[in-house]
Amino acid sequence: MLEINQLQKSYAIGDSSLHVLKGIDLSVLKGEMVAIMGSSGSGKSTLLNIIGMLDEADSGDYVLDSVPIKNLTEKKAAIYRNKFLGFIFQSFNLINYKNALENVALPLYYQGLKRKERQEKARFYLQKVGLLDWQTHLPSELSGGQKQRVAIARALASNPKLLLADEPTGALDTTTSSDIMAFLQQLNEEGITILIVTHEEDIAAMCKRIIRLRDGVIMEDKKVTQVRAESHV
Amino acid sequence: MFDIDLWREIFQSINKNRTRSLLSGFTVTFAILLFTILFGLANGLNNTFSEAFVDEASNAVFIRTGKTTKAHKGLQAGRRIQLKNQDFNFIREEFDAETEYIASKVFKNITASYKNKKNNYSLIAVNPDNQYVEKSKVNSGRYVNQLDLENKTKVVVIGKLVEEEMFSRESALGKNINLSGISYKVVGVFSDDGGDDEERIIYMPLSTAQQIYGNNDYLDQINLTYNPKFDYNQAIDFGLDLEKKLKSRFNIAPNDQRAVRVFNRAMQNKGINQMTSVLGILILVIGMGTLIAGIVGISNIMIFIVKERTKEIGIRKALGASPKSIISIILIESILITTIAGYIGLLLGAGILEWANTVLKTYFITNPSVSKTLVISATLILIGAGTLAGYLPAKKASKIKPIVALRDD
Repeated sequence: MLEINQLQKSYAIGDSSLHVLKGIDLSVLKGEMVAIMGSSGSGKSTLLNIIGMLDEADSGDYVLDSVPIKNLTEKKAAIYRNKFLGFIFQSFNLINYKNALENVALPLYYQGLKRKERQEKARFYLQKVGLLDWQTHLPSELSGGQKQRVAIARALASNPKLLLADEPTGALDTTTSSDIMAFLQQLNEEGITILIVTHEEDIAAMCKRIIRLRDGVIMEDKKVTQVRAESHV
Repeated sequence: MFDIDLWREIFQSINKNRTRSLLSGFTVTFAILLFTILFGLANGLNNTFSEAFVDEASNAVFIRTGKTTKAHKGLQAGRRIQLKNQDFNFIREEFDAETEYIASKVFKNITASYKNKKNNYSLIAVNPDNQYVEKSKVNSGRYVNQLDLENKTKVVVIGKLVEEEMFSRESALGKNINLSGISYKVVGVFSDDGGDDEERIIYMPLSTAQQIYGNNDYLDQINLTYNPKFDYNQAIDFGLDLEKKLKSRFNIAPNDQRAVRVFNRAMQNKGINQMTSVLGILILVIGMGTLIAGIVGISNIMIFIVKERTKEIGIRKALGASPKSIISIILIESILITTIAGYIGLLLGAGILEWANTVLKTYFITNPSVSKTLVISATLILIGAGTLAGYLPAKKASKIKPIVALRDD
């Protein structure tokens, strides 16, 4: 599913440069649920951004679903992002003037689907996250947990190969976090590959594999017994 | 390529961010409002100028004669030069291509009487072309025509004020008026923008006057209008050429200033025209300045809008929006706001000008309206302005990196 070889990335800060990723080798199979852990500055977000094609590596290879991701034009990157990836962010990143249904339908708009088809699909995924009754509500009228569910529905709408979550529970309380994780586990069981960046041990423990990063290198990569998240819904 | 979904996106964005849209629209409305009013006032000023010179046709040339002041070709100074019908014919044939209308005139002062009313008026005997040279409007009846000339009919065409003064409230048409003892039939009443004096004139056929008041073929003055296609230099050259040929025809010294005088409107017009064109340039510069200020205004606001929407654009990009679709959204929004807001400004400006019309008349500004062409070109300029104002911010928006945008909390 995902193959990374000797990935390097540095940022220029003034005159000096900051070496963030110092040769990452990583392979993720279909159906895995991986937690990427590390303290701030360990390079975990940078790695996720490169995987998400939001950022580009300086050197190294990255192959996603047998497609080499290299020297992409902006247009191509946009198409790949739309086709391969679903994003879940800590701050939800919903568009505040669009209602839940419109938010979920947005990636489908960029896929070029017809309006009717978009709304049908979006309704299907809202149903899946249990928020069909909230479809006409604006993000400001939803709770944090509900917002993240809408964001998950949006990430799923384009039927991605890989779900990327950057601190998906970072802005949520424990109960809601647990709900969201239970939902992600359920999605994983349905066969969706998920990558989660987190710094919380209990969230990482709910995944099937934990990768620990420190100072731009992988310190540890181990399979764990998954802790079932308790759903309160 | 009409993409209804794109428009839906844009309308939603405008509609859901009303304050922002209204604010940016207001800048444009105000700029266009100023532009329209400025243009209208300038137009009004121009109208005042041209109205001040509408008495005779603006391409008129007058020819008068006097006594020679210099001896020439063995002829003594002090000789009287008299224009005759044959001179009129000479000019008409010699300058056929250069003249538009040509009229000859004989002046007389007469006492007119009708019933118990009596008054003095100037009588001018003319041929039909005079109507166009003088720009007279026939209000009722007809003007002197060719048949009158041929038959030497005893008819007159009187000015509006003559009718008012002599015929009280009756219509003068068809009535007989007595001019210094001879009775004439009134066949027409005319009006003239040149003022009251121009409407206290009585016109009669040239041939009639020549027979009754002297039994000769003398003319007091020849008026003509030159080819309206002439530019100022051509018109001035024509006037000089005409003067030269007439001088040689009457054997007058080329440097004799009095014997034949050709008064050419083109000379006067050139000055007025230069002034109006300078005024026009001034207005254009100020107008363009206002418009540019407006464009910079929207551009500024669009840059601000892009900054405000950075996160949204980042989200859209993460979800698969191409740079082109980002540019379209920002650009079309800018064009739409500019065009609609600009149009409101235009209508507002036109409305204010219409309303202020009467007030402004006192300040030498006549009919300060904006023309249809201006409205159409202003619309095109607005669309262009919207594009110009939106392009740089849109380009900037399309270059936003999604990670930077998404980090921007």
